[in-house]
Amino acid sequence: MELHVIAFWLIAFVTLGSALAVVFLTNIVHSALALILTFLGIAGLYLTLNADFLAAVQVLVYAGAVSILIVFGIMLITRGDGRMADTNIFGKYKYTAAIVITAFLGVLSHYIIKTPWQMGTAALSENTMGDIAELLFSDYVIPFELAAILLTVAMVGAIVIAREVKNPK
Amino acid sequence: MAINFSLIIPEMLVAGLALLVMIISLLVPKDQKRGLAYFTVFGLIGVLVVLYFMLDAQGTLFNGMYIVDPFGSFMKILIVLSSIMAIMLGVEYVEKFITGFLGEFCFFVVFATLGMITLVSAGDFITLYVALELMTISFIILVGFGKHIFRASEAAIKYLLLSALSSGVLLYGLTLVYGAAKTTSINGVMEYIAQGETAPILVLGIIFMISGFGFKISAVPFHMWTPDVYEGAPTPVTALLSVASKGAAFGVLFRVFMHALPGNQELWMPIIIVLTVLTIVLGNFVAIPQKNIKRMLAFSGVAQAGYILLGLIAFSTVGVSAALFYAMIYVFCNMGAFGVIIAFSQAGGGDEVQDYNGLWKRSPFLAAVMLASLLSLAGIPPLAGFFGKFQLFKAIMEQGYVWIVFVALGMSMVSVYYYLLVAKAMYFKDPHEDSPIKVSLPIQVTLLAITLITLFLGIYPTPLTNLATQVAKTFF
Repeated sequence: MELHVIAFWLIAFVTLGSALAVVFLTNIVHSALALILTFLGIAGLYLTLNADFLAAVQVLVYAGAVSILIVFGIMLITRGDGRMADTNIFGKYKYTAAIVITAFLGVLSHYIIKTPWQMGTAALSENTMGDIAELLFSDYVIPFELAAILLTVAMVGAIVIAREVKNPK
Repeated sequence: MAINFSLIIPEMLVAGLALLVMIISLLVPKDQKRGLAYFTVFGLIGVLVVLYFMLDAQGTLFNGMYIVDPFGSFMKILIVLSSIMAIMLGVEYVEKFITGFLGEFCFFVVFATLGMITLVSAGDFITLYVALELMTISFIILVGFGKHIFRASEAAIKYLLLSALSSGVLLYGLTLVYGAAKTTSINGVMEYIAQGETAPILVLGIIFMISGFGFKISAVPFHMWTPDVYEGAPTPVTALLSVASKGAAFGVLFRVFMHALPGNQELWMPIIIVLTVLTIVLGNFVAIPQKNIKRMLAFSGVAQAGYILLGLIAFSTVGVSAALFYAMIYVFCNMGAFGVIIAFSQAGGGDEVQDYNGLWKRSPFLAAVMLASLLSLAGIPPLAGFFGKFQLFKAIMEQGYVWIVFVALGMSMVSVYYYLLVAKAMYFKDPHEDSPIKVSLPIQVTLLAITLITLFLGIYPTPLTNLATQVAKTFF
């Protein structure tokens, strides 16, 4: 077996394992840590696909920023010592969820296996980052600018919603 | 590469207007924001004029990333029009109930408008998704910023969680379609499907896309968020959410399914038919027991979404033009009804149907506008809603779906009942208090215009039907 195939299976195993751990661990802080491992695993999968820029972004944004936000969120809202039973008081639908998820997974994998996937044959560019930059500012300039506005809106909106109510009267 | 920037003038104007209003709102003193609201309205009217003259414009930008065509321009007019009405009706409401946030209200409405008008022109899944998120996030903020209002925060959190879920589902569907077609552009997907081979995964992708869009247009069974969010949100925002956000979602739904996926109609049409029938039946029946008028209008909006979906089922010029006509009419009727609710709650009234008892004695004007809007929604001649429904049913009939026509007709009868319950409360019951309601000038002007348009289009619908027919030819 080639080396990158072995690497793929290894990383996929770790990613899926830690994703399952996010769901099944009973302490919310442990779940958050497993989630960071999942993010890193996905970055590894990007690397096996030669998507180096995407892998770097995944590590920076998800494993870095998003996980810190999640940990902060846990710090601010956790009750007790972070056991799921205290945090997720509405989580009563364990068995229903298991049935629905299994059925969903079954349908999904059935269709995915049945589909004749065709691999791309075009040669990969050496300079992926340069190509992405060029695309962002030519064909994809409208979504790019729109994303800039979206971030502004999200930031201003967060301030508007979080701002202290001054005159409760 | 030559870029024809004149095609995206409206989008640039709206983006500029939003940023300008945001900056000015920081400079204007807190108690003098009303001028800013009218400035926003004038700006949007300017955009409306530009859009009207662009109705015939056709072209694509950036290799099909962005499609400008009559259909998109029609939907944009609908969206900008509803934003104008929402601001006009909402100024005093926001001043009274959400003191100090008028500037924020104005520029978030304009940002939401920007998201919606780019959504209906999106020619690529990436543009589509970013525009959808811009619209959704602006709306989440608008729903939640009324902190003094009972239940606004609850509504915002529900909307946030459920729309995040639906965005995830939609995104997953888009990636599956991308995996099969190996392109994110709508034209590319159309070419792939025209080749005749259908990958099994494409079917799954389409189903996910239907659920994602179904959430936005609040089709059954993805409608559960509607009543709670509509009830909790500030009423001007509810009004905008119920017409503009739905209109934009319909725009993109029609574009994706009629432009990108007409080749495998037989795959998704049964799903759409089932959803439509469920939407019409459930929306109308569940509206009956509602005691809160905003919840009742939410379920009536669910049912109306089902009627507009009939245009997609018909899959013809007549069908699309009827759907466009009906969507436009729906904007005016719903805005009229919500406008009355806004004016009434400003005068201290509650949102329960029984609070409207004897409204006729307290303000004949408001009662008349409400009656006209509700009867138009119910589809009673000579109001505009009748003609819209008639055309939709005719389009469906031409395609041979007689049983759907019977279901939709029967449900229309049901809808008359719950609309008339409000009319009964307004005209035949005694008011709890006798003090007359004073309606402010901007609301009076807007409501009067809305009612006159509803009446005029009911008696003489030809200008709008001609326009809608011309626009509907985009797809065929």
